[in-house]
Amino acid sequence: MQATRFSISAVIVAMTLALSACGEKTAEGPEVIRIGSVAPLTGPQTHIGKDNENGARLAVDEINAQGLELGGKKVKLELLGEDDQAEPKTATIVAQKLVDAGAVAVIGHLNSGTTIPASKIYHDAGIPQISPSATAVAYTAQGYKTAYRVMANDAQQGKALGQYAVGKMGAKKIAIIDDRTAYGQGLADEFEKAAKAAGGEVVAREFTNDKATDFTAILTSIKGKNPDLVFFGGMDPQGGPMAQQLKRLGLSARLLGGDGLQNVNFLKLAGADAEGVVASSPGLPIDSMPGGPEFRKRFEAKYGVIQVYAPYAYDAVYALVDAMKRANSAEPAKVLAELPKVEIQGVTGPVKFDAKGDTVGGAVTVYEAKGGAWQVLETVK
Amino acid sequence: MDIFTQQLINGLVLGSIYALVALGYTMVYGILELINFAHGEVTMIGAMVALSVIGVLLGASPDLPGLMVVIAGLLVAIPACMALAFGIEKIAYRPLRKAPRLAPLITAIGVSIILQNVAMLVWGRQYVSFPAILPRGQHEILGAHITDLQIAIVVLSLLSMAGLWLLVEKTRLGRAMRATAQSKEVAELMGVNVDRVISYTFIIGAAIAAIAGVMVSAYYGLAHYYMGFMLGLKAFSAAVLGGIGNIAGAMLGGLLLGVIEALGAGYIGDLTGGFLGSHYQDVFAFLVLILVLVFRPSGLLGERVASRA
Repeated sequence: MQATRFSISAVIVAMTLALSACGEKTAEGPEVIRIGSVAPLTGPQTHIGKDNENGARLAVDEINAQGLELGGKKVKLELLGEDDQAEPKTATIVAQKLVDAGAVAVIGHLNSGTTIPASKIYHDAGIPQISPSATAVAYTAQGYKTAYRVMANDAQQGKALGQYAVGKMGAKKIAIIDDRTAYGQGLADEFEKAAKAAGGEVVAREFTNDKATDFTAILTSIKGKNPDLVFFGGMDPQGGPMAQQLKRLGLSARLLGGDGLQNVNFLKLAGADAEGVVASSPGLPIDSMPGGPEFRKRFEAKYGVIQVYAPYAYDAVYALVDAMKRANSAEPAKVLAELPKVEIQGVTGPVKFDAKGDTVGGAVTVYEAKGGAWQVLETVK
Repeated sequence: MDIFTQQLINGLVLGSIYALVALGYTMVYGILELINFAHGEVTMIGAMVALSVIGVLLGASPDLPGLMVVIAGLLVAIPACMALAFGIEKIAYRPLRKAPRLAPLITAIGVSIILQNVAMLVWGRQYVSFPAILPRGQHEILGAHITDLQIAIVVLSLLSMAGLWLLVEKTRLGRAMRATAQSKEVAELMGVNVDRVISYTFIIGAAIAAIAGVMVSAYYGLAHYYMGFMLGLKAFSAAVLGGIGNIAGAMLGGLLLGVIEALGAGYIGDLTGGFLGSHYQDVFAFLVLILVLVFRPSGLLGERVASRA
């Protein structure tokens, strides 16, 4: 019952929007092209969500200022910002809302968990979706011709980490823990494959969940197998206590993780025990991006400090507009036909998609926690 | 062998925290036959209040000795939780004392949800980190590692339990509590102020919960508005395992449950050849709960009516 009421209200909102859209079209001036931007704008990830939207908005404003012409007509881009609260359920509601509002493309969503359910709605509506930050392999593995992303996925990240662990950190015996979420398990599986292929031995495969705080039992069991590296596929609320308990139990193994650990919150939660932890993040550190420092200046003049993914949202808009220019139209079907040919020099590096919609040659950067901050160790391609 | 010793230590530390929280469940049940589901949340509030105080103190002067700061946090958290529990009992349970037993149970679940949401509004949805200010000494016993903090947790738990036992067995208030547990009506006829005794029961349980809350957040280095939920369920299982309503049972049940969990999670993967993994850690608590309910519904130590309080 609740759900029906929800969708009814969503439809009403959408109708209102659509009506107001009609009104604008008859007015003088350039034709308005609506692009959706979806990210959590409330809840614990608000700051990252707003960052994505601002990144996209900066690109839209720049393109409008330069003036965009499609099919011989002047057009104006309009960004519709929506809040998915990082909730899969809300994600599908706002996705439908954007489709009904006549959005021709969507930049989003932020999380893999919201991007994947929403992608079906965009696919059914036949409009392109470019996610700046969803990294789960499953997103582009559904076979949707509408799903694209501009960031390296978990498979690319897990592979890079596996090779790095064995090749650069010299790990021979490796223990792997994951939190059984789509993200953690996916990352750990890819890591395991790559580490084994590189000649590492996996001595333990343990599991926890994304609400646990006590890992002493599994870490003790791991300790009995004498690994020299412990890999954790999961997020910082588990990674923090895990780093502490690892040291407390006297394990000499180093802790390695993905982008779930590579953030400021992990450093806070792990405290002094964060020292020496290695974690990766897809993409380049902002200052190593080809257009990074310059982008930072423009972005900070308008919106303040960059959180994380703003440059990716920015590039996603430019990639979309590149496809529109190639199609000489904003019609979704025509834009979709041109997206595979997109090739731009973005802020984050060259943006180009493979047949599945993944970014080609997405970089992964490895960091080490030193003196209470993340220091860049190396960027792996 | 050292691995086994280590798992045993892991389990005992975890178990003594469970035992402390379980005491709160069992005391209230002993007197009111009410399962106070909000008790886990009282533990959480204790941790949150203490962390706020610690944050303020460290903000004012970062050079204060860590142990003192944590004790100060604890000294604020204990009365805060006592006041909270007093209020909960007065507002949510007392009006329903004559109602069918299901009604206060549902109220308890309601209070638990309200407290979670209030905590979320006040402290946010993020994980709050516990600053690393406590001494970090480490010792080795039989090849196993044990930290000062772990020793402190076990010792403090045992002291709290001993204190509670003395209170119940040796003081006038304790005698009043035992009398009320046996029969509210008769106790009232004997001049016991039953309302006050019930309030005291809630308040004492909350004070112990506050200690447990601070221990948990210091041990794991974090606190979260949702942390009381799982902790409460585990502690409740521990209380049932030991025999709900029985104070010694709650202690035994807590320690036992901690050890079962640690050994279970530590060895299940190897024993089943990887077929069942360590993600079944949480299952053990509830498996034990079900088995106890099936084979020994009154718990390990049974419910000896005379000594329940």
